[in-house]
Amino acid sequence: MANGIAAMEALADVIIANKEKLTELDAAIGDADHGINMTRGFEAVRTKLAAAKPEDIGGLLKLVGMTLISTVGGASGPLYGTAFMRAAVVAHGKTAIDTDTAAQILNAAIGGIKDRGKAVRGEKTMLDALEPAYEAFTQAMAKGASLTDCLTLATAAAASGVEYTKTIIATKGRASYLGERSIGHQDPGATSSYLMLATLTAFAKEQEA
Amino acid sequence: MVGIVVVSHSAKVAEGICELAGQMAAPGQKLIAAGGMADGDIGTDAFKIQAAIEAANTGDGVLVMVDLGSAVISAELAVDMLDEELKSRVAIADAPILEGTVAAAVDASIGQSLVSVAATAEGARDLRKR
Repeated sequence: MANGIAAMEALADVIIANKEKLTELDAAIGDADHGINMTRGFEAVRTKLAAAKPEDIGGLLKLVGMTLISTVGGASGPLYGTAFMRAAVVAHGKTAIDTDTAAQILNAAIGGIKDRGKAVRGEKTMLDALEPAYEAFTQAMAKGASLTDCLTLATAAAASGVEYTKTIIATKGRASYLGERSIGHQDPGATSSYLMLATLTAFAKEQEA
Repeated sequence: MVGIVVVSHSAKVAEGICELAGQMAAPGQKLIAAGGMADGDIGTDAFKIQAAIEAANTGDGVLVMVDLGSAVISAELAVDMLDEELKSRVAIADAPILEGTVAAAVDASIGQSLVSVAATAEGARDLRKR
């Protein structure tokens, strides 16, 4: 379980390191709090991780989800919180993640965000990074790729998804008030989703090396 | 009586609205503020909202009033986390938070049902100032 906790600490590190960037992106099309809110959430996650002893990855993901729900403050709290809580159900009883479990976790997390946000792909949200990532992951998995190869392809697809959000109009959240003026700006939620996926990918590669 | 929970990003806003609506409400009317974060920052906290709903329920259900954006998503998550029995007796109003809460408090205080109180809150959208 030390690996799982280290992976969540790596997520906290990348979000906190990108606090300014995420807030700048949100300032352009939203209410300029994504980096601040996510940093507050993941600082609380880091504190909780230091004290907690989760027995399995399900317990670990649940701890992260509950903490984000109660500390983030903005819409990303219940959205990412629900994503981690749904992922926790899939990971219940598991102490290691294989390719199949990783796909199920990603799928459950995406389902949580869609249900909670009543959103679909193409609305300039987290889903524009995560859904292409899931598709790339499962396509690679079907060809027998390793976990790290699946994750690498998923991360590349998420990066393309973030680029795609620059070309579309926001129809969800505060950015929807801007209408066409939201074009040209990348979505902060898609960006934080990409950052987390890229971090987990790098973490998995380090484990393999 | 139907209980009322007021969810705002700001603890002060939620408390102020409860204070104002309380002037119009009967003694014993549950009006519970669930604003801001535990550390006093601006934001919404689904666990705080969940606890407020449970505290506001006296058996006749609870109407949840929300302000902007994440208040809606956090309130929906809070409702999802309630036990099934209470969940079926909670509604989130699509209404202006201040006028809606005042109108709902009056309606709830005279013992109207959750459906009626919710409709009254939502009807506050059409209230004219002059």
